[in-house]
Amino acid sequence: MPFHIVVCAGVVPDPLQTLQPVMGSAAPALKNEMMLPAVLDPWAASALYEAANLVAKNPGSKLWLVSMGPKAKLQQVMMTIAQKVSFELVAVDSPMGGFADAHDTAGALAEAIGAIPDLDKTRLLLFGGWESASRGAGVTLQIIGERLGITDQFMGVDQIDVREDGSFEVLERVEGGKHQVNVCAGAPAVLGWATGNLPEPRNNPQIGMANMRMVMPTLQKAKPVALTEGGLHYLSATLPGQQRQTRIVKDMDAEAIAQELAEWMGAE
Amino acid sequence: MDGSGVMPESILVLTHADETGSLLTKASLEAVAGGKELAARLKAPLAIGVLAADAVSAARKLSSLNARILAVSGEAFAQARYASDAAACEALCKAAQPTVILAPQSSRIARVAAGVAQRIGGTVDTHITSIGGKGGIEASRWFYRQRIEAVITRATRPWLLILESGTHSAFECEEADIPVEPVAVELPQIRTNVTGTRAPAQDAQTIRPDAKMLFVAGAGWTKKQPDGQIHASEAGNLILGFLRRSGASLGSSKSLVDQGCDGQPVLPFLTHMNQVGQTGSTPRHSKGLATCCHGEEPHVVGWRFIGERRAISLDPNCGWAHGKADVVYVADAFKVMAKMNELLSSKS
Repeated sequence: MPFHIVVCAGVVPDPLQTLQPVMGSAAPALKNEMMLPAVLDPWAASALYEAANLVAKNPGSKLWLVSMGPKAKLQQVMMTIAQKVSFELVAVDSPMGGFADAHDTAGALAEAIGAIPDLDKTRLLLFGGWESASRGAGVTLQIIGERLGITDQFMGVDQIDVREDGSFEVLERVEGGKHQVNVCAGAPAVLGWATGNLPEPRNNPQIGMANMRMVMPTLQKAKPVALTEGGLHYLSATLPGQQRQTRIVKDMDAEAIAQELAEWMGAE
Repeated sequence: MDGSGVMPESILVLTHADETGSLLTKASLEAVAGGKELAARLKAPLAIGVLAADAVSAARKLSSLNARILAVSGEAFAQARYASDAAACEALCKAAQPTVILAPQSSRIARVAAGVAQRIGGTVDTHITSIGGKGGIEASRWFYRQRIEAVITRATRPWLLILESGTHSAFECEEADIPVEPVAVELPQIRTNVTGTRAPAQDAQTIRPDAKMLFVAGAGWTKKQPDGQIHASEAGNLILGFLRRSGASLGSSKSLVDQGCDGQPVLPFLTHMNQVGQTGSTPRHSKGLATCCHGEEPHVVGWRFIGERRAISLDPNCGWAHGKADVVYVADAFKVMAKMNELLSSKS
């Protein structure tokens, strides 16, 4: 069953970087945001690897990566991601940041997806991370799905198994460390991925060279999008001020530590 | 608009039943308490929307509430599924015509909230940790995976605010029959069937959201020990033994879970579901004990909502020691946990 898979993935600051918010005139931003090294959003990256796996298993399928961010950052991230799996890039040139309104972001992405030539919406699987590592709201994919008229949506997905008739089983994370098992009649559907089950593919220079031939011209032609506040107003954006007075215990034997921990666990 | 040119608010709280189909979830009752508090503060009318297979029974938990109760009932709503749940929530919102909608941050609501906002021409903000403001609504939420806290407000209505669990105490009252207004739902074609739930392949269920304590295992458990050998099997037994005796919930660092994918020694009961931190979950427990993990920022963001924090580490200069834990024990976690298990066994 060939699918047309569109993966929405933003770029975010490398998780190892220290983040410092600064209040702008309209919304907060990160201090020196454009200087911070960026990575593909981690859960969206899981979605990309799962999509590539699905394409490999279903001959005739196609994979597009729709990514939104400043051109320079997209280019930096694509140098790495393009070496991992084959895709066709759809780039949307926009300001960086997790403080932008999700509704506007979703509108711009839905427009970009709607404009993909040859995209068969009856075979569309819209993938992405269930939440981003920036805004972390978990709403963008749903809104894109609604705008595209897709009413089968799954969030916190860890697995998809496609059956011969084109239907598929989806495992979604629910409370208590369990998965809800869904059987969907087939595409179109929206899948917001959690970690999935696949490891990060190793870099493959041949895939990288093939991808980059298309990536660079696409980035040059990326349409700029201005995001509005959408009625969202920030009153403050701060780092947690909580700093604990850590007691470092060096010379206690294992038995005494266990005793102290057991008492602490039992205390209300 | 009222005389002062301010749009008066009206509040709807969306709630849903648990897997029984006739009992409201704890998170839903917490959202009800949040809605009641907000309605009182803003002097706004309050309505509750109930989504359940048997909504009349579910609404019995709301008997003392001075609110309009709207309900969507039927077998189609026994399953948590986007198509039917989004249609039901849309119908409840259209029937109540609220300016502000509160709902719990459960998997069922989180799946549909943004879609519902889009359908009713509203906006949505999720993971709300508190609602304040004088005469208005100011909501707090975290950005960049619990690393930056922001306070936001919106001019546009309707505004959906999805509340994190634990932000309010659950609403409580005597159960009794109350009048419920049924709301009709026009269902789209249903193409998805929920066939059940599945627990991950584990020796035991180790994720326990209601546990008092979070126990986090780091990558050090599968590294070489002082004898030059790796003791992954012993580590697994110690951890599972502790979880069984203490009732704690198990979290893990990304590096330890990822080892399974890289063919390195693993703790076989760990899955990505156990992962806490930047790329994992942010659980809420009153206490947390970290073992064999370094306490760096990407990991510690998963601890943002853990009350008291202790850590066992061989490195006195690890990240935990820099103001992130209350107590750091510089010790061998293998020895400490073996003693802990002995101690807990003798007490039980």
